[in-house]
Amino acid sequence: MMSFLADYIYYIGAFGLILIGLYIILVKHNLIKVIVGLGILDTGVNLFLISVGYITKGTAPIFSKPGIDSEHMIDPVPQALVLTAIVIGVAVLALALSLAIRLYQHYGTLNLRKIREQRW
Amino acid sequence: MIFVVSFLVVLMLVGAVAASIFRDLISAVIAAALVSLVASILFYFLQAPDVAMAEAAIGAALTAAIFIIAIRRTKRYEE
Amino acid sequence: MRRIVSILLLIIVALGISLSLAKIPFGAPKTKVGKHYINEGVKETGATNIVTSVVVSYRGFDTLGEVTVLFIAAIGIGAVLSTGRKKAMRETTPASLVLYTGCRLLFPLILIFGTYIFIHGHLTPGGGFQGGAIIASGFLLIYLGCQERRISRVASNMAESLGGLTFVVIGLLGLAFGGYFLLNFLPKGIANALFSAGIIPIIYIAIGFKVGSELTSIIDNLIEES
Repeated sequence: MMSFLADYIYYIGAFGLILIGLYIILVKHNLIKVIVGLGILDTGVNLFLISVGYITKGTAPIFSKPGIDSEHMIDPVPQALVLTAIVIGVAVLALALSLAIRLYQHYGTLNLRKIREQRW
Repeated sequence: MIFVVSFLVVLMLVGAVAASIFRDLISAVIAAALVSLVASILFYFLQAPDVAMAEAAIGAALTAAIFIIAIRRTKRYEE
Repeated sequence: MRRIVSILLLIIVALGISLSLAKIPFGAPKTKVGKHYINEGVKETGATNIVTSVVVSYRGFDTLGEVTVLFIAAIGIGAVLSTGRKKAMRETTPASLVLYTGCRLLFPLILIFGTYIFIHGHLTPGGGFQGGAIIASGFLLIYLGCQERRISRVASNMAESLGGLTFVVIGLLGLAFGGYFLLNFLPKGIANALFSAGIIPIIYIAIGFKVGSELTSIIDNLIEES
């Protein structure tokens, strides 16, 4: 049990965040809560990508002194991809929030069921 | 070491569940910012300092700020 | 009915993800491209932060795409939230003297810290995106604490456009000098010095200015009320 936990604790964390984010997007009916769920889903996927690139007893890939040991450095490619993903995540969140503000000014409510009833 | 990481992962999952349960939207946003902050600490434990810095600056601070500014222009309580 | 379908969907997704996660070993080396970047990175690009050399030099085109996405998002927010009427901030009580003075005292320190992070992006952990986000938090502090000061629109638009233009122009200069877009044509210098690694510090300075002013303009558009 302890060795299973030690191996997979990061995967369990990322998996739990993805599931909770998906639950909030599917079930809740306030628009801003759905956008909060989108942000949590984003964080879970980024955590999963970084935990795939980890090597046991590795160090960060930076050559701070000239003669440093480079045998145990971890993979730098997932970190570069996740850096891009974090910035794009915040851009998508900001655009979604501005659309939510517009929706509130037009319909007067942010409840998705009431908006669906009002459209017909 | 494993206990510290387990405690942080449990804290993160509790924060995510709290963000889905709270009815006051500002409390939900602060719980989501807590999830981002603990994820940034976990990024540091996974030997990724660039990503930890980016997640702390962008995910924990700026995302919470723009959420609160948007909530101020709409309603505060979920119906 | 809707709840039952969504819980069923969640169970199917959970089964799928957990079955594939069990096959990925945690902590074993997985790819060979990473080994090549670590062994040859300092020799080929001159930057000692390998993640920076991957983001700017080896996969520089993806960074250009990301800068474009951020630009489109900022333009989209400005277009969605504008109504053409005269904009005014909401009526608030002015902040106390301690808050006002504290914000004005902290603001240049935050700007210097953010600038330090993106100038040293190729030597220490950091870079353009992190430094730009810190600069945007400094401007957010001014918006929250000292509400009579406004950031001039013209200056932030100019900083953003110059940052993006510098990135594309340096890429095209690489195309003119050598064979391909974003070729590293400046001398590489000694490792671990400030003026080393060719075009990487220049590109990160441009990205730092651009991301900082873009996030500031996003906050500015969201705060103003029409």
